[in-house]
Amino acid sequence: MSHTPIERVAASTPPAIASRVRGLSDRTLAWIFVAPTIFLLLAVNIFPLVWTIRLSLTNYRANRAGAELEWVGLRNYTRILTDPDIWQTMQATAHFLIWTILLQVLIGFTLAWLINRKFRGNDLWTTIIVLPMMLSPAVVGNFWTFLYQPQIGLFNYAVSFVTGIDPSSFSMIGSVELAPWAIVIVDTWMWTPFVMLICLAGLRSIPDYIYEAAAIDRASPWRQFWTITLPMVLPFLMLAVLFRGIENFKMFDLVVQLTGGGPGSTTELTSINLKREAFEKWRTGYASAYAIILFVTVFGLASIYVKALNKVKER
Amino acid sequence: MSGYSITEPTPRQKWIAGTLVVLYALITILPLLWIIATGFKSPADAIAYPPKVVFDPTLEGYVNLFTTRSRATPEALEAMGPPETWYDGIVRQYGMVISGPSRYGERFLNSVVIGFGSTFLSVFLGTLAAYAFSRFKVPLKDDLLFFILSTRMMPPIAVAIPIFLMFRTLGLSDTHLGMILLYTAVNISLAVWLLKGFIDEIPREYEEAALIDGYTRFQAFYKVVLPQAATGIASTAIFCLIFAWNEYAFAVLLTSGQAQTAPPFIPTIIGVGKDWPAVAAGATLFLLPVMVFTILLRKHLLRGITFGAVRK
Amino acid sequence: MKTKGLLAVTGMAAVAGFAATGAQAEDLTLCWAAWDPANALVELSKDFEAQSGHTMHFEFVPWPNFADRMLNELNSGGQLCDLMIGDSQWIGGSAENGHYIKLNDFFDANGIKMDDFIDATVTGYSEWPKNTPNYWALPAFGDVVGWTYRKDWFERPELMEEFKGKYGYDLAAPKTFAELKDIAEFFQNRDIDGKTVYGASIYTERGSEGITMGAMDVLYSFGFKYENPDKPYDMEGFVNSPGAVAGLEYYKALYDCCVPPGSSNGYMSEGIDAFKSGQVAMQMNFAFTWPGFESDANVGGGKTGYFANPAGPDGEQFAQLGGQGISVVSYSTKQDAALEYIKWFAQPDVQAKWWQMGGFSCLKAVTLAPDFPASQPYAQTFLDSMAIVKDFWAEPSYATLLQDTQKRFHDYVVAGQGTAQEALDGLVQDWTETFEDDGKL
Repeated sequence: MSHTPIERVAASTPPAIASRVRGLSDRTLAWIFVAPTIFLLLAVNIFPLVWTIRLSLTNYRANRAGAELEWVGLRNYTRILTDPDIWQTMQATAHFLIWTILLQVLIGFTLAWLINRKFRGNDLWTTIIVLPMMLSPAVVGNFWTFLYQPQIGLFNYAVSFVTGIDPSSFSMIGSVELAPWAIVIVDTWMWTPFVMLICLAGLRSIPDYIYEAAAIDRASPWRQFWTITLPMVLPFLMLAVLFRGIENFKMFDLVVQLTGGGPGSTTELTSINLKREAFEKWRTGYASAYAIILFVTVFGLASIYVKALNKVKER
Repeated sequence: MSGYSITEPTPRQKWIAGTLVVLYALITILPLLWIIATGFKSPADAIAYPPKVVFDPTLEGYVNLFTTRSRATPEALEAMGPPETWYDGIVRQYGMVISGPSRYGERFLNSVVIGFGSTFLSVFLGTLAAYAFSRFKVPLKDDLLFFILSTRMMPPIAVAIPIFLMFRTLGLSDTHLGMILLYTAVNISLAVWLLKGFIDEIPREYEEAALIDGYTRFQAFYKVVLPQAATGIASTAIFCLIFAWNEYAFAVLLTSGQAQTAPPFIPTIIGVGKDWPAVAAGATLFLLPVMVFTILLRKHLLRGITFGAVRK
Repeated sequence: MKTKGLLAVTGMAAVAGFAATGAQAEDLTLCWAAWDPANALVELSKDFEAQSGHTMHFEFVPWPNFADRMLNELNSGGQLCDLMIGDSQWIGGSAENGHYIKLNDFFDANGIKMDDFIDATVTGYSEWPKNTPNYWALPAFGDVVGWTYRKDWFERPELMEEFKGKYGYDLAAPKTFAELKDIAEFFQNRDIDGKTVYGASIYTERGSEGITMGAMDVLYSFGFKYENPDKPYDMEGFVNSPGAVAGLEYYKALYDCCVPPGSSNGYMSEGIDAFKSGQVAMQMNFAFTWPGFESDANVGGGKTGYFANPAGPDGEQFAQLGGQGISVVSYSTKQDAALEYIKWFAQPDVQAKWWQMGGFSCLKAVTLAPDFPASQPYAQTFLDSMAIVKDFWAEPSYATLLQDTQKRFHDYVVAGQGTAQEALDGLVQDWTETFEDDGKL
């Protein structure tokens, strides 16, 4: 059994040739190649993570560099977990997550299914649909506030054009009822293409002969869809959901530009709430504990989900 | 295979599907067209009700984007004589004079420097790491790969707290170098994963043949594998670049006067009195390169998006 | 480390060189908000550049991001700004955390006397702790929340008649908040020259400080107090006094009845827009916006009137202080040149020119000059308003206190959650917690 790379290479090459492998050994080369990446990730990801854990046990405030550091144990954690405001924030995040994912999966899958009809020019139109997701969410989100203006905005005007409602009678980002939907709409507009592309990859991975066989068995298109298309695309769809889930749990730029968390705290997603604690109130220790809680949540949910995903894949 | 196939949709199906997709595409692109159009409106046209589709195009938005202006008294304006340039003329209509250039150019340049700098670094380091992961037995390989990927799960704001403190201590706050390193660290996970996929696809026989010909391992990597992976490296680079180009959360927290990039800057163009044409002009210039890129390189990009995701 | 050391050394050398010859040319950066007065300051500073040989650079950040960006800069020990025109509430934190250098010795050495500046601005912009002679800034820009109204609409005979018939008194600039609401209701959804107009534009912004500035501006006159005058940080019954509750209810009522559609997140620039575009009859805004209206094509030329904050139910009359002092950042390596700028800026003739250009000078020699009230249509209103100012906490924890207020007020006024009593009771709780964390309670 050869464990080291050099042994493996040596084993796979005749002895005479192996002796001619000069220069750096593979083992050295492997380390040289991997080390900078690992080092960078340690420095910018792991070290800060450890530091965050440490800070989360203190009352440190980054705007009072000179103040004395006090160890407060788990107080920050209990304070966060018993704070009703944080739960309100979590609810807002859940609303945002559930609806964006639902809408994006529905629309994205439908679009992919339509594009897979292979009509002429489909790749150009696909690209146009993809455009929003390539753009800067902050810049685009900022501009959407303009589109949402009650009197002058294109969105309100379009709604009024279709429904006949007075465009100044409602404010998408100003009203408590509509604001959660305002952010869902823009996120769906931006990220549906992502789900669409992944579904498209899934659809294209289904070999034609399966459908051909089904057609010979006289399976109706409806039945083909439920027994072939959907099950085969499902792992892809679940993957898309995972990615969108993680991304939207972290959501900051788009929503902060759109509503800034308002009105009141209606759309104050966890990241926005965390930003206020950390960089506006400067409660660094408290915010660090908050960050750790969020991290554990994402990690926990994601790993449970990945397990489910693997089960689906195995089937 | 030629002729009729049961898996080929009928022309009617194609027509319906095509119409629906085109309809969706037109709706989806409308906000983007609106940004571009607003950039060429006068401030009055931009906030007209009902929204104006037909309007007299003007470069006011772009003039306001690139200049700072100050109010001058009528007497002072009188004393200055006729405007020297067309953009002076535009500004004078509002009783203002141009007092200097705006910060937009610098911010845009920062975006370019930080974007390309971090892209180069992440692709460079990512290629090396991806090659090692693809070809060598690295201890704890799977764990390391998972670790590399998991770093992307952390909300940026959460990471920003210790990074802020670290940068402050090291003097990296608000520097190009700091932002390049940070974006590289964020991008490198994606780069390693994407590139490992591309390199896995290159047959090992090529290198082995090269080794037999007397190349060292490094030479084999450099002269055989790299050229083969060029397309993959290029599309990875585009993804890294787009990420760095669009990034907002770190930029807004960790940069200010020196290294601030365009995304945190553009929303602040709205100074006193909302100047939407200037915002739209700034957004257009910033978004357009990505739009053009996406359309031109669609084949590689679209593959890359799904590839990166589906690989896992 | 090496570069840093080197920088420090060159910095010291520069300072030493300056002290010796007084002629070392420096590149100075002044940080402030991006707004009209800042543009005026750029023009004004050209004189300084010509006289001193230093070159001035400016870093202006729009209001919604101003505090965020600049406090971040100070907290990270940044060397971007040599001079900072920072908001009044930052003074406590900046003094205690060593962001600003103390200016007492410099003032003494150069004959700059704080008695020469409007008292409220000295307390508001320069002192920490408050009401002690410890100065961290020179009052640079006096500002206060006041109101503008459409004089041309108020003077229309048919409107005056209708108003009198409806409310029993003359349509004029309101003297009490009750009148203000009558007028706002009167104008709400009224058709003027074929356009629907609205009653008033008020502050509702959530992200930075908007709704706090607006609501406090009203609450003071209704009897709100930050703390027990005899017992610092004792807030129960002062912050949430019946008067304060009535004030907050009033602010919500005003928001519910009389603002233009979509005013859920507006601050200074939204107010300017609403007023300039002829959307509203009255507008709450800081005085700095006033010069801009005088020269505006739509509302300039005598169409705009000004009035100081009206009185509350018991006749009390206060206004929210705005404005800033100019400070030298302690992380700057060019402190001497920066001080030179302040010395230049404090001169009476520079201050007089500052006022002419639209900068609200705080120097008594300017504001108490006999021709001052007549110098601009808004000059008297500015003086009246400056005489009744109160300011938000200037504690080192001001940002935390402010964010709590933003949330409580926005949740109640805009999102309509809970009652005013609950909002203010909650605020007492939040603030108490913060002061406990700070060890002040």
